[in-house]
Amino acid sequence: MAEKGDRYWARTSALMWTMLILWVFFSFVIHMFVDKLNTIKFLGFPLGFYMAAQGSLIAFVVMLFIFAFRQEKIDRDEGEAEDA
Amino acid sequence: MATQTSAKSGSFLDNLGKIYGLYTGGFFAFVILLAILEQLGMDRKLIGYGFVFLTLAVYAIIGILSRTMQAGEYYVAGRSVPAFYNGMATGSDWMSAASFIGMAGNLYLQGYDGLAFVLGWTGGYVLVAILIAPFLRKFGAYTVPDFFSERYGGGLARFLAVIVLIVCSFTYVVAQIRGTGLIAQQFLDMDYNVAVYVGLGGILLCSMLGGMKAVTWTQVAQYIVLIIAYLTPVIILSAKKFSIPVPQLTYGSAIEQITALEQSMLKAGLADPKTLKAHATPFLVRDQLNYFLLILCLMVGTASLPHILMRYFTTPSVKDARRSVAWSLFFIFLLYFTAPAYAAFAKLEVYTLINKKVAIADLAKEANWLFTYGKYGLVKICGANATGVDAVVAACQKIAGHGGFLRHQDLAIHADSIVLSPPEIAKLPYVITGLVAAGGLAAALSTADGLLLAIANALSHDLYYKMIAPNSSTSTRLILARILLLVVAVAAAWCATWFPPDILILVSWAFSLAAAGIFPALVLGVWWKGATTVGAVLGMIAGFSVTGAYMVGTHWYKWPLWFGISNLSAGFFGLVVGFATIFVVSLFTKKPSEAVQAIDATRRPRGDAIIKDKDAEVAH
Repeated sequence: MAEKGDRYWARTSALMWTMLILWVFFSFVIHMFVDKLNTIKFLGFPLGFYMAAQGSLIAFVVMLFIFAFRQEKIDRDEGEAEDA
Repeated sequence: MATQTSAKSGSFLDNLGKIYGLYTGGFFAFVILLAILEQLGMDRKLIGYGFVFLTLAVYAIIGILSRTMQAGEYYVAGRSVPAFYNGMATGSDWMSAASFIGMAGNLYLQGYDGLAFVLGWTGGYVLVAILIAPFLRKFGAYTVPDFFSERYGGGLARFLAVIVLIVCSFTYVVAQIRGTGLIAQQFLDMDYNVAVYVGLGGILLCSMLGGMKAVTWTQVAQYIVLIIAYLTPVIILSAKKFSIPVPQLTYGSAIEQITALEQSMLKAGLADPKTLKAHATPFLVRDQLNYFLLILCLMVGTASLPHILMRYFTTPSVKDARRSVAWSLFFIFLLYFTAPAYAAFAKLEVYTLINKKVAIADLAKEANWLFTYGKYGLVKICGANATGVDAVVAACQKIAGHGGFLRHQDLAIHADSIVLSPPEIAKLPYVITGLVAAGGLAAALSTADGLLLAIANALSHDLYYKMIAPNSSTSTRLILARILLLVVAVAAAWCATWFPPDILILVSWAFSLAAAGIFPALVLGVWWKGATTVGAVLGMIAGFSVTGAYMVGTHWYKWPLWFGISNLSAGFFGLVVGFATIFVVSLFTKKPSEAVQAIDATRRPRGDAIIKDKDAEVAH
């Protein structure tokens, strides 16, 4: 039981860290290169501006849906899913 | 899941799609009806009243229909709100008058640097989903301080969490009630002080009788109104100007034109290179450090505000709590990724006007909308309120070397007028303006409801029931909860009339205080078994005091800035100090073994809630 719990938590933590790293990337890292990105045009937008106004936001939304489904899979795999 | 919901409250929860679908259709029909009546010559003032009072009446009816005397329904809506609808409710709980009215204006004034707010107020939900919400849901708490008490063994941690919750939520709610009052004042021509109490009446009707259950279902209704109101004008504007009704795509070419216009204004001497801030160029308003720290504080603050976290207590399961955060962010995203389009369209309009080299005396002919807002004190030209052509001509003549043409530096537009401007710029009927007012009102009311409920619940559940009178009956507690709701609401309204504060400062302070006081202890409580009671208590006190002191010191006592970090990001210091204190103190203090068992159970979705509910209505 304890071992199973550990594996569940290890997989859950790994998913959390993956998401946290992506979060750091889309919240901060990418915007540090805004000047470089602004030299590229995307749909008429300077790309650096676009990333802060829409790109990162879209990434956050997509990330959260992926997170929910991934974590549900971990729950099922490890026998931790709630009774429906 | 179907059995779970239908067994409990039957037809309403089974027919949510039909009910809210009908409601949305009905709202559209109402807007079209008013549009027809306007063409037939109905008075503008009546249109404004129609929007405000009809929407208020609908919210009140939902509130009254959702009345309850069960603790589980009052505090956590019976834990029966589906993920999708809880997402909508969270969206309107989250988006306040500041988001609805202030955001686009901020982007207009600050260009790229204003996007810190767009990023900060969305990315925080990633933290909510991966670090906090599912675990709090599993915990089975009624309030956020419940978690602190259980995890950190006792009253002191709960008490500190209550203090932080009340300070940050109360600051925030004053700003909301003020927003409600301002909208009622502008669209109903009421005295501001009267308007504040009218808004208050609306807020109380939604939340008094049904607590969280009533607030949930009115917030869903309010989300629908606010998102329709926000998207409609800018979609029409985009269709008119670029013949594609997708403003989020077309404002790219608006930005291209703005950049070109900026250059030609500078060349023609119509703008001052010192004051013209290029729209798409970063770090002109705040430097890189402050830009990123503001994003961080807003995100962490999002993940710490109790009125948001408690929304995820209402879902049927842990799984639904996670999905619900994703839906919340989606519904919030719809508004936030549209806001920069408002800013760009308004700026394009203004810069095009300036580039025409219009004589000040001809402004009424070229852009009458400047004077429409000038009357409310929202537009200044040459430093004078744009109440009429004569006033601004006189003011501009007093400026040495003024050529009589409108220049960039002559025009000062208040942030609040940007969201209101499309109907005027595109010459849309007044009904659209009324729609925007209804949306702004929905945004302010829904946020105020969530905040007031968070405060009143902390007082009635945490302070009274858990700390003062543990043997009190459910009905006593629920009656007390309502009395407290009324008292807190009146106190906040009184503050809003007596001390008209700057909304943006108040709001960002609330975020910083929540981030500093709550986040470190909350996250470490779930993710680090080693966090001890003493560590958490000291960490909360240290983080909250450092941030509070820095705000007060730099705002009122002329403290020098630490490392050049602005007052808006005061939460950063509290976060660092809070995490460090909890970590170091925990290493040197003994951890209670029963807390560790509770954490193990918190981390797994399967199994019973950690807090056993005496009232039993909540258990599935």
